[in-house]
Amino acid sequence: MNKRIESHPILGDKKINNMVEITVDGQKIKAEKGEMIAAALHANGIRINRYTVKRKEPRGIFCGIGQCTDCAMIVDGKPNVRTCVTPVKEGMVIETQHGVGKGEKEHE
Amino acid sequence: MNKREMVIIGGGPAGLTAAIEAAKRNVDVLLIDESIKPGGQLFKQIHKFFGSSAHRSGTRGIDIGKDLVAEADQLGVDLWLNSVVSGLFKEKNIAVERQLEDGSKKMEKIEAEKIVIATGASENAINFEGWTLPGVMGAGAAQTMINVHRVLPGEKVLMIGSGNVGLIVSYQLLQSGADVVGLVEAAPSIGGYGVHAAKIERAGVPIFTRHTIVEAKGDEKTGVKSAVIAEVDKNWEIITGTEKEFEVDVITIAAGLKPLGELANMHGCQKSYIPELGGWVPIHNENMESTCEGIYVVGDVTGVEEANTALEEGRLAGIDAALKLNYIDESEANNIKDEIRKRVNGLRLGPFGEKRLKAKERLIEDYQNLSNIVK
Repeated sequence: MNKRIESHPILGDKKINNMVEITVDGQKIKAEKGEMIAAALHANGIRINRYTVKRKEPRGIFCGIGQCTDCAMIVDGKPNVRTCVTPVKEGMVIETQHGVGKGEKEHE
Repeated sequence: MNKREMVIIGGGPAGLTAAIEAAKRNVDVLLIDESIKPGGQLFKQIHKFFGSSAHRSGTRGIDIGKDLVAEADQLGVDLWLNSVVSGLFKEKNIAVERQLEDGSKKMEKIEAEKIVIATGASENAINFEGWTLPGVMGAGAAQTMINVHRVLPGEKVLMIGSGNVGLIVSYQLLQSGADVVGLVEAAPSIGGYGVHAAKIERAGVPIFTRHTIVEAKGDEKTGVKSAVIAEVDKNWEIITGTEKEFEVDVITIAAGLKPLGELANMHGCQKSYIPELGGWVPIHNENMESTCEGIYVVGDVTGVEEANTALEEGRLAGIDAALKLNYIDESEANNIKDEIRKRVNGLRLGPFGEKRLKAKERLIEDYQNLSNIVK
């Protein structure tokens, strides 16, 4: 199922013209230029952003507006980035975060 | 140290109208918002608003948002986006992590003559087995995904809560192509307006009143796979044997909102506990001024209501600040304020509105009692 809402009774049709390529845990995916990382991941069927510190439980978006930090991931080596309020950029490298994420290569 | 006449924290409906009314009277206004763009939650509200023609009833939230942002821009409101106010200290000193043009961040201090706190509210969570699994999210989060990002959070959704948010977001999920398998409501009757409930009932979505969510089932690799609900008795206890299981990949929670009053607390503004308004709220007078002189509280931060009431409360604060800063004469200001108060109370009618009206009156009473003690 296509998760992108291309036609909508109120908002109308939406064509995506500008795509960028990002890397998520080593896998290359397409995202719409400027969309939020979490939205791009959802559109590509990825909804686990991180695993918790102690119990290693998975977390995905919960508030979607940058308040709860459940969607934090490692973005271009920087941990704890709120993916629901951070736009994608061409060539961005995104990694699932395990625990607090101590920075490039040091997490887990 | 930056000195500013008026600083507004939060660029949602209340913050925007406060900025517009003050800027119209030539007040120097700085609006700070933590997001990439202003508008708060207006841009996910694609439904038509209620109220009278003065409230632009029949207009969609998203269009009201566009107009307000354009008007604020036209009036020369200074806008700092991606900037987070992290502290509010005595004598109206603001600490803000400001994003500069090159994308870097810098801590700045601002001394403001007037401050408007318009920080809004956050969604309540509810606690049940499996509630932290990916796929369980706020109804507002799902609404942002579909209406702002235009990406479906999942294919099959169970909605918890039948207040207006639960009803409206269920309908909007249907409009986006998701399958809403049902709405769960612990109370014996639907919480929101009948007109919203009728829309989703007509679409064939069952509403399970006197039911609650028991468990979200799923696993660590994929998140939510199903939801278990059950009937509750008069004491809200689960009746065993009444469980029903639905195959869903998303469970959305519409269990009300909680005002984000941290900054008002930090400055020492007095608050009251008013359940009808979402819990602890900073109290204010008839001009929306808190117990801290020169600090206004508007919109959901001082009582969870609707975007319409937030718009009017923002206007009231904007006019009063312009008056206190001597940009408008008193009789003109009073006339405008009277009109706004009439309009805002016109929004607090009917069985739902009346409850909010009484709660708001109590809040202002608390303010008056407190100032009597202080005097």
